[in-house]
Amino acid sequence: MPTGPTRERAQPVIELHELRKSFGAVRAVDGVSFVARDGEITGLLGPNGAGKTTTLRMLYTLMRPDAGSIHVDGLSAEEEPLAVRRLLGVLPDSRGLYKRLTARENIEYFAALQGLDAATARAHTDALIDTLGMADLAARRTEGYSQGERVKTAIARALVHKPRNVVLDEPTNGLDVMATRSLREFLRRLRGEGRCVLLSTHLMQEVAALCDRIVIIAHGRVVAEGTPDELRAVAAESNLEEAFMRIITAAAPGSAAAGGAP
Amino acid sequence: MSPALTVFVKECRESLRDRRVLLNSLVLGPLLGPLLFLVLMRLVVGRELEKAEQPLPVVVIHGERAPELITALRQMGLEEKPPVADAELAVREQRIDLALRVAADYGADWRAGQPAQVELIYDSSRREAHGDVERLRGMLESYSRRHGALRLLARGLSPAIATPLVVASRDTATPQARGALLFAMLPYMLVLTIFIGGIWLAVDSTAGERERQSLEPLLINPVPRDRILLGKLLATAAFSLASLTLGLLAFLLVGHFMPTEELGLSLALGPHFIAVALPMLVPLVLLICIAQILIAAFARTVREAQTYLGLAQLVPLIPSIVLSVLPVKAQLWMYAVPLLGQQLALMRLLRAEPVAAIALSLSAAATMLATLAVFALTRRLYESERLAIST
Repeated sequence: MPTGPTRERAQPVIELHELRKSFGAVRAVDGVSFVARDGEITGLLGPNGAGKTTTLRMLYTLMRPDAGSIHVDGLSAEEEPLAVRRLLGVLPDSRGLYKRLTARENIEYFAALQGLDAATARAHTDALIDTLGMADLAARRTEGYSQGERVKTAIARALVHKPRNVVLDEPTNGLDVMATRSLREFLRRLRGEGRCVLLSTHLMQEVAALCDRIVIIAHGRVVAEGTPDELRAVAAESNLEEAFMRIITAAAPGSAAAGGAP
Repeated sequence: MSPALTVFVKECRESLRDRRVLLNSLVLGPLLGPLLFLVLMRLVVGRELEKAEQPLPVVVIHGERAPELITALRQMGLEEKPPVADAELAVREQRIDLALRVAADYGADWRAGQPAQVELIYDSSRREAHGDVERLRGMLESYSRRHGALRLLARGLSPAIATPLVVASRDTATPQARGALLFAMLPYMLVLTIFIGGIWLAVDSTAGERERQSLEPLLINPVPRDRILLGKLLATAAFSLASLTLGLLAFLLVGHFMPTEELGLSLALGPHFIAVALPMLVPLVLLICIAQILIAAFARTVREAQTYLGLAQLVPLIPSIVLSVLPVKAQLWMYAVPLLGQQLALMRLLRAEPVAAIALSLSAAATMLATLAVFALTRRLYESERLAIST
């Protein structure tokens, strides 16, 4: 597959190849490969403990893979971790805010760390505050924010440098229906802008409602990959949830207890 | 703005909004040492000194029979009270503490060179009068010894003949000795303000960030981790330095209320002391702060970090105790030991003794070297994968 600094639509922009990572004797990620493209929402679907978070942590260079390679827009994560991080907007698994700073200050802190000058940081922050509908809380300290308000702030600070590639680890975790709905709306909007969106989730409904492509991970390995329709066809199931269960169960080494997705 | 500066500004801003940090770093930290010092000084030595200084009120009966004696006693601090009719009864009824009565034939005996009699009237069961009685007895004895010696000299004899034995009291618990011990603790109190000033930021910006799950998002930014560490170190050091500066100023104020002259100590706690001590302590501030960050990064939780750092505060006690217990003569190499060097220099500065430039440079260079070493160690910890992972 061609990878290079010039990007065209629908070319793979995030490319993971044969990633492996062990913690002691536990093989958390055991040969994961997939690609995520511009203008698409790619869903990394798998039960808890399947290796999604570890895979994403390697992608955004918080962890080093034991083996395998990662390329973002043609840049190697191993060789140029800082450049790769600049190309990514990441909502990680932990999303703590600075509670004595306002939402705006939280966002502008990350803008400055991304290297934006004060004027650009302010403009980008204003735009995000507007888009995410957080105008009336931006000047308040984040202490006492609701879960939804916290996630909005965390997303805004992750995207303040206008990254082409957006990586979100379980973005709807802990959100109520309203907040989930508006978040999905926002992610579709990012796709509409031609960005590459990669998210992980253990929720079937999430991928069904949102994703153009699905990568199913279980036991640290990719067990299936394709559009929702393709996956339904592979599993010979019209219901995506049933398809998911069937694929995961089939992949389990000698065990069927790989569920956990509600 | 460079990333380290960005982190520095953010950490400072956040901490300035935290009342606990302000209270600890900028109020409690700087004031604890000086106040503790003042209270201890007053408690341990102040009271006795004050007593010894005050005039000793004594009812004197028939003082006119021994005018010379009374004059001499007055010079030693006696305050003559008007005589009472029945001294014994007055003492028993606790109307007076102590009376001095000159015997009727005092004048005659004195002139004849015979032992002349004075009487002390007091109640030995009354403990609070005990010190006064001893003091008056001491005054009388010293008067007696002086005149005894004069009489021997007048007869061409050495006064030493009448003193076959000399008992020299070396009470280690004298106010002076205790004062000197406290005095040796003063550098520790100053070092303590450095610790207390930095502890909150050190814990909050590493173990705290991890516990609140904001460290992972922070480290995903395209900034080398040593820049982030540097920013955090500078912020911690800024608070620590502020605490130290306020502490020095507080000591300057407290110095006025300390009974240093009475103790025969001169405390050079003036502006000159601050002007030399503050720059001298800057490398130590950096060393202590980076060590605190290292410990906080090593700990898994905030609580654990606080426990470790609480224990770490006792480390600078070691040179203080060594210096106060063993009166070692400062060798040049001792200045190359961080903490010890600064404490030695502080002691000299407090006594208004000059500190050699070579000693100061050696101390600064050694401490900076240690700072760089601990920084490198902390940087390795910061670059490890496990740092950011909260669970």
